Amino acid sequence: MMQIPNDKFKVVGTHLSDTEKISKPSLSFWKDVFIRFRKNKLAVFGLILLAILIFMAIFGPYMTEYDYKMTDLTNKNQAPSAEHWFGTDDLGRDVFTRTWEGARISIFIGVAAALIDLFIGVAWGGIAGYKGGRTDELMMRGADILSGIPYLLLVILLMVVLGQSLGTMIIAMTITGWINMSRIVRGQVLMLKSQEYVLASKTLGASTSRIMSKHLIPNSMGPILVTMTLTVPSAIFTEAYLGFLGLGLTPPLASWGTMANDGLPALRYYPWRLFFPATFICLTIFAFNVVGDGLRDALDPRMRK
Amino acid sequence: MAKYIGKRLLYMLISLWLIVTATFFLMKIAPGNPFASEKKLPPEIQANLNAHFGLDKPWYQQYTDYLMNVVTWDFGPSFKYKSQTVNDLISDGFPVSFILGLEAIFLAVAFGILFGVIAALKQNKWQDYTTMAIAVLGISVPSFIMATFLQYFLAIKLGVFPVARWESFMHTILPAIALAAGPMAYIARLTRSSMLEVLANDYIKTAKAKGLSSGVITVKHAMRNALLPVVTYLGPLTAGVLTGSFVIEKIFGIPGLGFHFVTSITNRDYTVIMGVTVFYSIILLVAILLVDIAYGIIDPRIKLAGGKKGE
Amino acid sequence: MKKRFSIFFSMLLVLSLFLAACGGGGDNADGGDKGDGKDVPQDLKVNINTEPPSLHPGLAQDSTSGTVLRNTMEGLTRIGPDNQPEKAMAEDWDISEDQKTYTFKIRDAKWSNEDPVTAQDFEKAWKWALDPENQSTYAYQLYYIEGAEAANLEGGSPDDIGVKAIDDKTLEVKLVNPTPYFLELTAFYTYLPFNSKIAEENAKWATDAGDDYTTNGPFHMTEWSHSDKIVLEKSSTYWDKEAVKLDTIEMVMINDPNTELSMFDNGELDWAGAPTGALPTDAMQALKDNGTLVTQAIAGIYNYKFNTTVEPLNNVNIRKALAHAINREELIANVLQGEQLPAMGIVPPTMFPENEKGHFPDNDIDAAKEFLNKGLEELNLKDPSDLPAIVLSYNTSEAHQKIAQAIQDMWSQNLGIEVTLDNAEWNVYLDKVDNMDYQVARLGWLGDFNDAMNFLEMYRDADGGNNSTGWEDPKFQELLSQSQTETNPDARQQLLKDAEKIFMDAMPVAPIYFYTNNWVQDEKLKDVFVSGLGDVQYKWAFFE
Repeated sequence: MMQIPNDKFKVVGTHLSDTEKISKPSLSFWKDVFIRFRKNKLAVFGLILLAILIFMAIFGPYMTEYDYKMTDLTNKNQAPSAEHWFGTDDLGRDVFTRTWEGARISIFIGVAAALIDLFIGVAWGGIAGYKGGRTDELMMRGADILSGIPYLLLVILLMVVLGQSLGTMIIAMTITGWINMSRIVRGQVLMLKSQEYVLASKTLGASTSRIMSKHLIPNSMGPILVTMTLTVPSAIFTEAYLGFLGLGLTPPLASWGTMANDGLPALRYYPWRLFFPATFICLTIFAFNVVGDGLRDALDPRMRK
Repeated sequence: MAKYIGKRLLYMLISLWLIVTATFFLMKIAPGNPFASEKKLPPEIQANLNAHFGLDKPWYQQYTDYLMNVVTWDFGPSFKYKSQTVNDLISDGFPVSFILGLEAIFLAVAFGILFGVIAALKQNKWQDYTTMAIAVLGISVPSFIMATFLQYFLAIKLGVFPVARWESFMHTILPAIALAAGPMAYIARLTRSSMLEVLANDYIKTAKAKGLSSGVITVKHAMRNALLPVVTYLGPLTAGVLTGSFVIEKIFGIPGLGFHFVTSITNRDYTVIMGVTVFYSIILLVAILLVDIAYGIIDPRIKLAGGKKGE
Repeated sequence: MKKRFSIFFSMLLVLSLFLAACGGGGDNADGGDKGDGKDVPQDLKVNINTEPPSLHPGLAQDSTSGTVLRNTMEGLTRIGPDNQPEKAMAEDWDISEDQKTYTFKIRDAKWSNEDPVTAQDFEKAWKWALDPENQSTYAYQLYYIEGAEAANLEGGSPDDIGVKAIDDKTLEVKLVNPTPYFLELTAFYTYLPFNSKIAEENAKWATDAGDDYTTNGPFHMTEWSHSDKIVLEKSSTYWDKEAVKLDTIEMVMINDPNTELSMFDNGELDWAGAPTGALPTDAMQALKDNGTLVTQAIAGIYNYKFNTTVEPLNNVNIRKALAHAINREELIANVLQGEQLPAMGIVPPTMFPENEKGHFPDNDIDAAKEFLNKGLEELNLKDPSDLPAIVLSYNTSEAHQKIAQAIQDMWSQNLGIEVTLDNAEWNVYLDKVDNMDYQVARLGWLGDFNDAMNFLEMYRDADGGNNSTGWEDPKFQELLSQSQTETNPDARQQLLKDAEKIFMDAMPVAPIYFYTNNWVQDEKLKDVFVSGLGDVQYKWAFFE
């Protein structure tokens, strides 16, 4: 064997500038999510739309000289004009002012209900699905029983006991609202927990909470977000529906749901009373949906390129 | 499997008993009574009525009476509709709601899955955007607004369909669409989202690499797994839709069961409340059981309760 | 995989079978053109809103059941087109000197199964309703008859009830007091007869259409599809069948005013709105503009009751201030839009004509402020803002809600009184009102018969079931008692007017408006009779 003397070798050293060029900039998880979210044009548009809606909900009611509850019977059912940008309703109240006053309540109810449903539903369904066996059986049968009890009866009693207020309303929305979420999450977890990477993680000794939060929940994010974006409009309309049965918020408080409900019989005569609240509900839901989709794509670890 | 189902049936009975119990007490605590009206009855007549219908008995006796009614499936007469028993109400109303519900579920599932799959396969293309725009509309326009729109444009303006009532197949179309719109949109979104997740999986790539046609991949490999959330949702949806929708039945003048769900409660028609609740609960519990069984068929890896211990 | 597809397809098959089945059933729905050269088809299609709770005369207690019964059954009298009771099953009657005994002569009429209508049918029907075993909630409508109340409530013997069939065709009725409106009452549905032969054989004769549902009125019920529709056909056994021109009446049950009007516009109904249905408020202006809206005053009032047992509403001046500060004209013109009459009295103008003006002027803000100041002084308060917010309760309905919001605004703008609204579900609401757990509450009252007594009597005792204001006055009670024994109609009317004056001076109730019925109808439909109480009869109706 030939001997190569050591001095034939030269220490080149690391070229710091080069290595840095090749490597990925070190990014936190959330920064990464943000960058990927930003690339989704539709999602960004949705976010801007949402920002505008929230801005208007805060400042919209102050943009006119009218008060949301001030009636003016001689000016009822006026079509949109320079005086009343969105027209007036059947008691002569300004629809523009009421629309944004209603935005506060509707968006608040929608988001609050969705978040509460999310927390309870994911926790309940996740634990039930993951633990399986008797725990699953007990938890899911509990949910079944709750969804078997007549909802209206439950709400009537809630209103009688707690009084009619925004807080009671939110409780009424979420008291059974989380069940659907928990069923969806449980189904996903049942499917995912027997997949190889979860088994691997478990074999490597990962704790339950780690498996849940790092594997099961993130991989169920799609259906979770879809369900959540459904909760927002369903809460907005449940509020209107309860109002219709006398269990809603006390007038003259406005909400999009009750405005749409009141405007519905006017469709053939004074369509703006339905058009404005209904359009803004659609826009809001649209915004929540595209933002939700964007978030889902950005959060999805497999989409990481 | 048989053992599992047997066990579930037992749980079902227990759940049913708990539902009946909870409903009974809620119903008793709620203010009002079935004979309340704007023109008040003389107190003696009211007392006489209470005695006749057993409403003056102590609560535990009334409770056991109700339980007996449930067990013997004889809920007695309606307090409000005196010419009908609760069993009559259910057997008159349910077939109507059932047919309408079936049509709606068929529409919702067929179009929901179709739209969802198209959207997922053509992600970020115009097909995706169109179907998802339809879905957003479907979700954000509730059934009562949808129903009124359909009625106004298709029945009054264009005269294609009758405005309301339950007489012929043509009469069923508008209410079925109004009822299906929301669930369809939700199913479309669920399908799209879980299809996307499934399509990113390795076994799909493997299937593609094997040279399988995209049709086979979609139906045989992707959809099978993607439908799980849809199936989960279908359980409660089926129970809810088959037993009728108050709003749709009211707007279209349909003599279904959904109407009794709401009016029995606002009328405090105790026997009807109990009857329809038990009836609905049974359908709901069976639907949920079927969903759980379907899990195992769709994805054989899912072990139902009682499989492995210590999990 | 294959297996699952086959299940799927078999389900599809089942579904299509269902669809085909229900599709096939409905095709013959509108095949009714009997137009063999004969003139216009005489088939009426109306909406009766809901399933009639009971079509047993003794059990009926609501207007929907009343509508069906009034057109299928016939009592001793019938309210005729001039709003006066006319001879019906009774072809003649005698009234005793003291106006307390009525002797009716029953005409030769037949039930739809050819059985003769007898005096016993009446006696048995009325005694059936008064039998506590039968749970008749409207039995109290018969309490004008001697011994009726005792038999119904206190275990009195049915033999002591003052109704007796002297023979098959003679019915004798003894009353507690002279009752000038008794012949109107005998047209009311609780006073209808039923075929006692059938009822003895089949206790459930009234639960469905069929051979056992025998009728003696202008129409016969041939189909009762629960919660869906009722079909009436011209009766071939009715004594006055020449007067009846309609061949069939289809009564559908649509519980949504918008749908009802849409069906009317689409030609699927011949009538939309009161008295059997309702019109959406938002459509009123358009219907008025195109001249199709028909309006008719009826005997009914919409009230805001005050709870006179709580502060500050126990103060008469505060109550008067609130009652005066309502602009009823504006409310009617812009919110209700049904040409209702402003109410400044409690008895409808159909009974007291001077109540078109009422006891005080509408929208009298100056007087309201004066009353308010006096009231505040008595309560030792300086300013309206010192008053606690007044809670205005109503039960859920679009109309009640609108009225409440408008009045809330009127009170706060005219008087500076803060008002909070309290919207409650119907049963919860009734419970609240019954327990006097309210301050101001909306309640309506529709007359059962055309007499002022009907609108005053409920305020006789503070604990009376329909008073719910906590108010009573010995002078008021005295006047009502006098009126019950007074046989001179004019003197009696004056006693009741004096009573109303006392009532309005105390103002335990702020009257808002007198009801009207509003509807639209097919132009060719004539002679549908809607009475002053808002009851509808199709006996004389026809299509031109």
